[in-house]
Amino acid sequence: MVPWARMRTIGEIATFVTSKNAGPFLLTLDIVFPDEATYRAFVARRPLDRATVARLYGLTPEDVVDIIEFEPAFAVKVTLKRPWPSGAVGETDVYGAQQHVPLARHAIEWPETV
Amino acid sequence: MPSMTVLAPLGMLGYGIPLRSMDRGLARDPAVLALDAGSTDPGPYYLGAGVPFVNRRAAKRDLTMILDAARERRIPVLIGSAGGGGGRPHLEWTIGLYREICRERGHAFRTATIDAEVDRTWLRAQIGAGRVRPLDHDRALTAAAVDGATRIVAQMGVEPFLAALDAGAEVVIAGRACDAAVIAALPIRAGFDPGLALHMGKILECGGAAAYPRHGSDGLLGVIEDAAFTVEPPNPDKVCTVASVAAHSLYERANPYELHLPHGHIDLKATRFEAAGDRAVRVSGTRFVPSATPTLKLEGVARVGFRTLAIAGVREPRLIAHLDAYLANVRSRVAETYPDGYRLLFHVYGRDGVMGRLEPGAAAPPHEIGLVIEVIADDPETSAAVLALARSVALHVTYPGRQAIAGNLAFPFSPSDLRAGEAYEFTIHHLVAVDDPGALFRVEMLEC
Repeated sequence: MVPWARMRTIGEIATFVTSKNAGPFLLTLDIVFPDEATYRAFVARRPLDRATVARLYGLTPEDVVDIIEFEPAFAVKVTLKRPWPSGAVGETDVYGAQQHVPLARHAIEWPETV
Repeated sequence: MPSMTVLAPLGMLGYGIPLRSMDRGLARDPAVLALDAGSTDPGPYYLGAGVPFVNRRAAKRDLTMILDAARERRIPVLIGSAGGGGGRPHLEWTIGLYREICRERGHAFRTATIDAEVDRTWLRAQIGAGRVRPLDHDRALTAAAVDGATRIVAQMGVEPFLAALDAGAEVVIAGRACDAAVIAALPIRAGFDPGLALHMGKILECGGAAAYPRHGSDGLLGVIEDAAFTVEPPNPDKVCTVASVAAHSLYERANPYELHLPHGHIDLKATRFEAAGDRAVRVSGTRFVPSATPTLKLEGVARVGFRTLAIAGVREPRLIAHLDAYLANVRSRVAETYPDGYRLLFHVYGRDGVMGRLEPGAAAPPHEIGLVIEVIADDPETSAAVLALARSVALHVTYPGRQAIAGNLAFPFSPSDLRAGEAYEFTIHHLVAVDDPGALFRVEMLEC
């Protein structure tokens, strides 16, 4: 950890951290940053890769479908394979709307100012 | 070409059109009222059972406002994914509502309906011809899955809407449809760029969701020109910002840069979002990329049984400490009477009731937990019988250190056992290659 950095959670850095189905077989997590500087500081650090996201959710890296930077919205999108299709027997969250917390609580090195 | 204005009065028929937004939207002289009425989001039940997920009275209010406005202003109405699931019973439900409103209000429209249910014989033939592939998963479609499905729909693109409009329809009530296509159909028919029209459709299909503050059901205006379109909320208390509109590209999609339709996809890699005044956003640069092979998205569900459930709470710390052993005990005691032919599930709120297998783990044990006991069985009576036994065993079975011997569970309701009806699962989510993306969808003119 460099001296000027400290640990901050993604939820503390971002404006929105949210999850939702992207069709019945995928779960998509959106991290939307407040401004271009924060977005650029985040993506420059590349704090999220497939292995990290998989660990947060107890999945294999192959279950992490994609991690996409979307500059027009200053956002990073993470898409996971759902463990089962939406609404299958054993479902806990049909809309997939409450699966964001492990990502939001993930702490990364973050400078005092960006 | 002069600009064309589209008003999406709301993002989901039945979620409530705000009166003031409707009035202000209509004052902008829209050429069409277009809206999406469906989604797979509420899960597989609604497509399978053939029922809507919105309230009928609420949907009637919204549709009455739309039809009154259409009659007064002589503008067409396009409704996609009627009744939620967009299958035949959903279409019929919407047509019934529509006829009732027309009768009560004295309206008469030239009306087209578009059926989106898929013929099983045709689909089995497509499997045989190697034209079907899985979407977002890796399970190949089998003839058995086609036969076992309760209902199968395909998402239509713009083609059937264009056919209905060409046939003179003033009101189009369509089954399952790509939400963007419903809104893009009239601009595309008028000759506007399909990339821009479909991107505008994708933003408008959720109504006011692309405007801030993002609360409540609301409408959205789109104005398309030759090289750009502008979106703006009719609600004066809301604004579209570059952030609100760009962020909407993320919503419910795996890839914000692409949106696939039967005849191609739109590409947002060169899209520009710019503020147009204080409340509107101008969008340009989105391209339409035609596909060499048109593909239709298929959605299908199968019934997996009948669900019965009971809801209870646990406050006793000793029971919470022994919860897993206690639940295993309940399961094995139920199995002594009913060895198989059902699935018994425990949802433990306060521990992993929300995230299940994705839950990374809790810190301290909670002071109380919510317990949902669920049984799925092939027939409703077996489901109810197993649940009744599981509930009574769970109430009375002992565990180490038990002091509260009168009962283990706090039931909030009497009766405790709730019959939740049929349970369904998504079994078909595939793409099928077709020669003509419109051919599958039957357009019929309705006497009304």
